[in-house]
Amino acid sequence: MSASEPLHRQLGLTDDELRSIRWALGRDPNRDELAMYAVMWSEHCSYKSSKVHLRGLPTEGRSVLVGPGQDAGAVDVGDGIAAVFKLESHSHPSAVEPYQGAATGVGGIVRDVISMGARPIALLDPLRFGPLDQERNRWLFEGVVAGIGGYGNCIGVPTVGGEVQFAPAHTANPTVNVMCVGLAPAERLVTSDREVHEGSLLVLFGSATGRDGIGGVSVLASAALQDGAEERRPSVQIGDPFAEKLLIEASLELVELGLLEGLQDLGGAGITCAVSESASRAGLGAELDLGAVPLREPGLEAFEILTSESQERMLAIVHPDRLGDVVAVCERWGLSTAVIGRLVRGGALRASFGGGAIADVPARSLVDEGPVYTRPMAAPVDVEDAIADDPTFAAVTTPPDEAFLAVLGSPNVASKRWVWEQYDSIVQGGTVMPPGADAALVRIDGTLKALALSTDGKGRFGALDPYLGAAHAVAEAARNVACTGATPLAITNCLNFGNPELPEVMWQFAQSVRGIADACRTFETPVTGGNVSFYNESGSSAIWPTPVIGMLGLIEDHRLAVRGAFTGNGSWIYLLGETFAELGGSEFAEVVLGSVAGRPPALDLERERRLHRLLIGVARTDLLESAHDCSEGGISITLAESAIAGGVGFAVALPGDLPGHVGLFSESASRVVVSVAPERATELEDAAAEAGVSFTRLGETGGPGVVFDGLFETTVAEIAAVYEEAIPKLLAG
Amino acid sequence: MTEDRRPRIGVVTFPGSLDDRDALRAVRVMGGVGVGLWHADRDLRGVDAVILPGGFSYGDYLRSGAIARFAPIMNEVRGFAEAGGAVVGICNGFQILCEAGLLPGALIRNRQLRFVCRWVDVRVETSVSPLSADLVAGEILRVPVKHGEGQFVASAGDLDRIEHDGLVVFRYCSPEGATDEAHNPNGASNGIAGLRNEAGNVVGLMPHPEHAVDPDVGATGGQPMFASLLSSSLARVSAA
Repeated sequence: MSASEPLHRQLGLTDDELRSIRWALGRDPNRDELAMYAVMWSEHCSYKSSKVHLRGLPTEGRSVLVGPGQDAGAVDVGDGIAAVFKLESHSHPSAVEPYQGAATGVGGIVRDVISMGARPIALLDPLRFGPLDQERNRWLFEGVVAGIGGYGNCIGVPTVGGEVQFAPAHTANPTVNVMCVGLAPAERLVTSDREVHEGSLLVLFGSATGRDGIGGVSVLASAALQDGAEERRPSVQIGDPFAEKLLIEASLELVELGLLEGLQDLGGAGITCAVSESASRAGLGAELDLGAVPLREPGLEAFEILTSESQERMLAIVHPDRLGDVVAVCERWGLSTAVIGRLVRGGALRASFGGGAIADVPARSLVDEGPVYTRPMAAPVDVEDAIADDPTFAAVTTPPDEAFLAVLGSPNVASKRWVWEQYDSIVQGGTVMPPGADAALVRIDGTLKALALSTDGKGRFGALDPYLGAAHAVAEAARNVACTGATPLAITNCLNFGNPELPEVMWQFAQSVRGIADACRTFETPVTGGNVSFYNESGSSAIWPTPVIGMLGLIEDHRLAVRGAFTGNGSWIYLLGETFAELGGSEFAEVVLGSVAGRPPALDLERERRLHRLLIGVARTDLLESAHDCSEGGISITLAESAIAGGVGFAVALPGDLPGHVGLFSESASRVVVSVAPERATELEDAAAEAGVSFTRLGETGGPGVVFDGLFETTVAEIAAVYEEAIPKLLAG
Repeated sequence: MTEDRRPRIGVVTFPGSLDDRDALRAVRVMGGVGVGLWHADRDLRGVDAVILPGGFSYGDYLRSGAIARFAPIMNEVRGFAEAGGAVVGICNGFQILCEAGLLPGALIRNRQLRFVCRWVDVRVETSVSPLSADLVAGEILRVPVKHGEGQFVASAGDLDRIEHDGLVVFRYCSPEGATDEAHNPNGASNGIAGLRNEAGNVVGLMPHPEHAVDPDVGATGGQPMFASLLSSSLARVSAA
């Protein structure tokens, strides 16, 4: 960017986009109007490259109350209760300033949930970094985790899950996603179909507006990071979790008292976005007085006030008769309020500053009439080569026990305790299954029900086959939820990709969306919303195409929830599903063979669905002692994790005639390892047969030993040490 | 006092309190009546005991608990404590009690410089406190900790006095009761997890008993602590 470029280009608008703005206005935009369009039509706010593809996602279903297009999705969980949830990216700010970038990501997603009128009850953080042997990656990892804790721990919302993965493709560009889940009485949801009146007031409450994060979304999240990213630190917002906590309580009190016609969070594109969306959704226009906006420092210019992304602010739509009550609630929580405008007839958003008019644009044109691109797509040329180079039948000289410890100690597989012990996972008193399980389980207060929550992405699979990688991510998220006995209900997603202007990236994106759509249709888990994060690349290096799925499920009685840990001696261990010779894209192939290649495991969505139904069914009769899904590292890791979690060993013989290492480490889909009391084994076999799920008895739990018959033996104590110490050791340098 | 009089336990909500609802729920689950108290009020609403709950009062931007001690309600709490009323500070509440001078010592950043959320075991060191009145020394209770600034420290003189006068109420320990550094989650001096005043009616602790009363969400080491609080606060009412 150079100063001699025309202003619209400096702001990230194309010449074509400028022409569209002229067409919408019937004249040239002024400087402030151009700034408003630049943020609203940025990739981050307008979804201009992704829209045409996202239309292919299934969004309707029995339980869906609110689908895509609002601040967060919502599903009906019975008893008149709505579960509100959304997943979002804060990768770009985190790459520049990891602590504040991650912290403000938490703040932003929490405000999305409270703007629906829901109390936030859980956070999950799917994170991806470069390898920990590089100091900068350690700095990013430690900073992001500290930032998530530093913010989340101060606002009284438990962080109950997530995932952490490491891959060289994330070295320059960590992927920092945050999911928030909330609960609200269904009839109290603040949705856009609420009646909003002409003449209602726009009330800004919370923190004052400053220069932090001016144009953050367009500056950071809508272009690739170049050298000198540090100079963009002023574009990263600074979080104040204490203000957020007050904002949560005040907002929910306002909603409970029925004082609001609408509630909108201020995130990307700041006041411009909140006001134009509020007006546009109501079919109205707005008069906005920027002079009434409380400022943190004097001397802000109009465009700065319009686009500032200062944190911890909300916008309420308030009938004039209710203003006094609204101000009183905010004052009680120590929050300042300011009437910054009103909704008016007609569709124009008119802003004034210091007595003079500065902008007059159709609100709809900012929100709904942004550009939509059908960008060119092309499969990457090297993708066939990578798939052809399948490691499944490669010669392996590493002895199975050494390979097992290498995979178990790989940071992708090893215990993430170092991470989640830095998060408050128990506040609010509803965390039935804390971090470290397949899915987190959070009780719905006042009922026996619990939400089952899981986030999953499949980096390597996606790199090799974006369609399959995305479908696997949905399948694994649903399987994780089903392992607890909960029924998967719906998903949110965060689609993390490189530069959409590159045909290869756009192809990856389209393939991934197709994969999500097919899996969600089969599992009847509609998409209730999500977030697209493009431009995750710097220089020539882009991240792997990484759609991350946030799955929400429901179990009717949390006392029947199934856990992953072995519960004692003498239980029979079964594999539900089948192991095939599938090492393509596996953890074993990367860790032991140094290969990220081959064809990812096949995925039969119907077979997967049958497995989920079986798991949900047998949980209702309290049949299983434990259930844990097979994913990175294969069945050997699943068994090891169940043993470590329960402090109980096992002896198994792997089925079939696969080579030892293939049986141990194949990452075939649609598999779960369960344990059952011997006297109920027949019941399990009958249920599996009836559900059309193949099953194999592997062996038995018990004792301190870990025995893979004919392959190797070790002890629970030894593998637990490797599993727990891997990440702390890497961080020690 | 009537036979069916249930103890009324007040829980103060400061701006930034996080575990206030959880403390109220724990009181209720254990058979007491939870009474919400507001930081800006000057009235304890006739409660039998007061809990200062966990959280980050006023954001804890200066120093944990340093601003909360100036809240209007704290004058009432101080008077209540001086009159012998049972006062319990949990986590941030413990920090506030130290800042207010109602308990000796201070709480600084964890030795490892990271927030820690984990289940720990604590050994009861004395039954002289509202949280341990029904317990005997040597009992081991499983409760969670979650804090960034939970390392208890005191001057050498204070520490000597604390140990000499038997003011330590809870000490971090192994599941078998051994006190060693491996089971000290924050580097606290002498493994001190909880502390009382000389009179024995004010107690502060870093672990969260209110998160350990419900078997559905974990261990129940908080149950006997709350049971002690309820019975000891009633005993005082009976005596009075």
